[in-house]
Order: sequence, then structure tokens, then C-alpha cells
Amino acid sequence: MELTRENVAKIARLSRLSLSDEELDRFTEQLGEILDYVQLLNEVDTSGVEPMAHAGDLTNVFREDEPHPSLPRDQAFANAPKSDGKYFLVPPILETGE
Amino acid sequence: MNYTPIIGLEVHVQLLTKTKIFCGCPNKFNPEHPNTQTCPVCLGMPGSLPVMNEEAFRLSLITALALNCEIAPFTKWDRKQYYYPDLPKGYQISQYDLPFSHSGWLEATTAEGDLRKVRIRRAHLEEDAGKNIHDESGRGGDSQVDLNRAGTPLLEIVTEPDIRSAVESKSFLEELYLLLTFIGVSDCNMQEGSLRCDANVNLKFDDGIATPIVEVKNLNTFRGVEAAVDFEIQRQLDEFQKTGRKLGDPGVEKETRGWDAQRNITLAQRGKEEAADYRYFPDPDLLPVTVSAHVVAEIKSHLCEPPSQRKRRFQKEMALSEYDADVIVNRGREFADYFELVASTCDDAKQAANWVTQDVLREMNDRRLNVEEFPIGAEVLGTVLKRVSEKTITIKSAREVFVALLEDADEDREVTVSRVDHLIDDRGLKVVSDTGALDAAIAAAVAESPKAVEDFNAGKQQAVGAIIGKVMKQVRGADPKQVREQIIAHLSGN
Repeated sequence: MELTRENVAKIARLSRLSLSDEELDRFTEQLGEILDYVQLLNEVDTSGVEPMAHAGDLTNVFREDEPHPSLPRDQAFANAPKSDGKYFLVPPILETGE
Repeated sequence: MNYTPIIGLEVHVQLLTKTKIFCGCPNKFNPEHPNTQTCPVCLGMPGSLPVMNEEAFRLSLITALALNCEIAPFTKWDRKQYYYPDLPKGYQISQYDLPFSHSGWLEATTAEGDLRKVRIRRAHLEEDAGKNIHDESGRGGDSQVDLNRAGTPLLEIVTEPDIRSAVESKSFLEELYLLLTFIGVSDCNMQEGSLRCDANVNLKFDDGIATPIVEVKNLNTFRGVEAAVDFEIQRQLDEFQKTGRKLGDPGVEKETRGWDAQRNITLAQRGKEEAADYRYFPDPDLLPVTVSAHVVAEIKSHLCEPPSQRKRRFQKEMALSEYDADVIVNRGREFADYFELVASTCDDAKQAANWVTQDVLREMNDRRLNVEEFPIGAEVLGTVLKRVSEKTITIKSAREVFVALLEDADEDREVTVSRVDHLIDDRGLKVVSDTGALDAAIAAAVAESPKAVEDFNAGKQQAVGAIIGKVMKQVRGADPKQVREQIIAHLSGN
């Protein structure tokens, strides 16, 4: 399957990235090359091989339901672009329309 | 044309764990202190790793088994990618193709009053998102994000589209609520968002044509579910008559609408373009989980009797009315336990039901207590009622003892089983079987009441009342009916 410019535009939109025309061209080519490379895997015969859920052999790794201290608020906000000291602030979200 | 509403529900339930699903932050509703229950894991910091909370998985298994589901021997978690400010990682850890449970059922009451087994398609375990608070001023200010809720263990329960009316939708949710609170896996506090519901609704006409499927979001009360489904049925009917748009037409996709509880309408939700493109893939940060038949059997053996079954048993084995069984079980598991202990102590289930649904409930409501806090324990009340069924005291005296026990509690005296018999003795409430004492009291009362005797002889039966009053004052435990008969016999010269 060939990666199209439209595919890349869609992935960008889903990731909330706005790309320039030049970037779209460039990424279509670069991502296409990566996908072509990965296509090599298709040469392996996987008939009769169970789909793998995880690369590790372990299962059933659990944590006890015991509380640990949470971060102080100022540390939680340390990497946030914007906060008011109590909340993270983000550009307005519109949820419903008429 | 005739149509049938086709309804399926998706219910999200927050599980009652101490900590979040993948980290040790507290799982506590705490909107007063936003962003105080976060850590690198639930903030989605690079390099942090989630580890599954064993209790969250255990509660999930209990719930699925209580919903009669099959448990998958092998399950895994997947990443569901979408961008939203309440989802710090840019993906939600959920379950896609291998949910831990599937193929269950729960009974709901149909609009006709029959029971229907609504099939459960699947239940899967995922993480909740944070909470966005929008600027309501209309000036387009920033939205606030509180991530205290991000990472709360959330069970998603998905039904098959088996429900056929708004009333039945409400009934299903109520049954689910009751079951979840009985098995104790969630507090189901709907105000706090512990139980949330979405409904998929469309209409099928008799000729096989169907309206486009609409997912109605944000149904957070029982009445809301009923009202929203009702509204949506009518809206789809109107729209179909206007436009003729039907399921399967080119360009017709599933629509998402939100329920506006203030205006009682559903509104189209804007801007979730290509929302269905979640690009699920297995989460490499989490290991799969296997569940053995032994573990399933072990949990099954500890499941409590489900509320629907308990109602049926109360009617069948304890001869309660459907109404009483509903009132008792719908008050919750502790209340049903209380009733059963009262009933077994006094060995009169009907009497026990009368008392707990009337006197006990009234006092609980007046005092704003739940049943665990109610000062008269089940064995104490059961003993009072036992004295009635033994005919040691009358029903009227039982009420007096009940009130006295409440007074005891108000004055910080201990309310015990032995206190019941003390009260009966102290207040002379024992039914008097000693006819000699009763006869003497009647003779004395008659002698003291010449006017009443005169009236009685003149044909006024009700004149006896004054004499009964006097006798009852003397012999408090006497049965008023018996006293009345004896006085009449006495006056009639027998």
C-alpha cells in the first residue's frame, strides 16, 4: 500500500498538527520510505503463528492497591504551558452546538 | 407505520479502589482540590510506566460474573488514540479486541411489566479521563483541566441492542445500579459521575427500514435516561417523516448527540470529525493478564445473592408482597440484611416487613440515618416483635417499646435485647392472662362510672369506652378488645 499525501494530512489532523504544503510533501515521502522498509516484514511467512499481544513473556504483573504520595501541585504544573495555580489552562473547548 | 425502538446502553462505572488503575494516586472524588492527585504516570510524563491495580481487576471480575458474563482466559490492553485536553497521554488505555469479559445478561422490566434478559455484549476495564471545565461566561476564556480523575479505574459495560423502550432503559440502569451497589464494586454516586450512561437509539419500522443510529451522551440520572430516550424516539420519528433519511443511505453515519438536562432535549455534538479513527494498538507498556478457571470459580463462590433473586426469595419463601420486597431490597444490601435478621429473630416475616418498611424507614428518614446507624439493632427489634408473636405484648405495646428504645438511644443508653424485656416489665405491658386481676379492675372501673353505666343501659354502646380507658390504665398489658368484651358481658349481667 502506498502512503498518500491525503493519508498524511489525515494523520496530522488526528494528531492536531498543522502542516504546511511543503511539510506534507516532505513527510509523505519520508513516512513512505519508512513504511516501504517495514514492508520487508511481509516477506516472512506468518501462517500458523499466533498474533502476539506483547513482546515480553510475563503475564499478570499487578500492583497492590496502596496509595502513594501524589505530586505537589506546582510540580504537576511545572511543564504545563499555562495554569492558574489550580487548573491546567487550555484554549476554549467547544463541546456542543445547535 | 408501526415502529420499534432499538436501544443499547453503554454504562461507565468507576470502581471502588483506594488508588487509580495504573498508579498509586488516590482514587477519590475531590473537585475542591483540583490537580492534587496526580503523578508522572497519570500525567502521562515520558518514561513513566503504568502497572495494573490488582484490586481494580478483581472488582472487574466480580462485576462481570455478577452480570453472568464469560471471563476470557487471556486479556490485554490497547491504546485508543485521540487528542483531548483531559487525556494527557494522547491515548486512553482501554481494551479493544480481547476484553476480559463478554456475553452476559441482566434482567430489566419492560414497558409491559415483564422481565427481559438484556444481553451484555462485553465489559472491559479502562482508565477514566480528567475533567474539563468550560468558561461559561461566553467570553471565550480558557478551559480549565482537573486531572484528579485521570486514571480512575473505569468499567465499561456494553449491552446488545435488546432494549425496546425508554422505561425499560431506565429499569435496566436501575437494576444495574442496585446490583453494583449490592456487590460493593462501586458507590455509583451519579452526582459525582461514578455511574454514567450513553444510549444508542434508532427506530426500526415494520417494513425493515430503520432510522440512522444516534448515540446520546451525558445521561447521568435515571430520569435523564428515560427522558432522553423518549425525546430521541420522537425526534427520530419526526425527522424521518420530514427527510426520509434512513440507515444505510450514502453519507449516513452514526451521529453523536448530547443530552441537555435543563432543556430536556438532545443536541447535535459538533466537531468530532473522524472520531471513530482511534487507531487502536496493543499497549506495549502493560502485560497481558490470564485468568484461570480456578480463579473464576473462587470468585463465583463468593458472589452474594443478586438483588433480583433476593426480591424473588422474599416473595416466595417469606410470603412478602412484591411491593414490600421491592421497598426492602431497593434500599440496599444492608437494609435487606437488617430485615432478614429482624424476620428470623421474630419468626414472622410479614410483621418484620411491616415494621421495617414503615416504622424503621420513617425514623431513619426523620433522623437522616442509614440502617447501619439506626439505634435499634435488628435483633432488638426482632425481639420486640417476637414478644408480639408470642402474645406476651400487644402490637400497641410494641409501638410503645419501640418509642422507648429510641428515647433510650437519644439519652445514650444502650439499646440491647435484654432492655426490651426490662421495658415490658417496667411499664407493665405484659398481656394480662390473670383473669382475676382483670375482673377486679373491671368491677372497680364499673363502680366508678355510674354515668357510663347508665348510658350503656340506655342503649349507648360507645359509653363503654370510658370504662375501657379506666381498666387499661390499671392493667396496661390487657388486650383492649378482650377488655371491651368482658365489660359488656359484665354490664349485661352475664
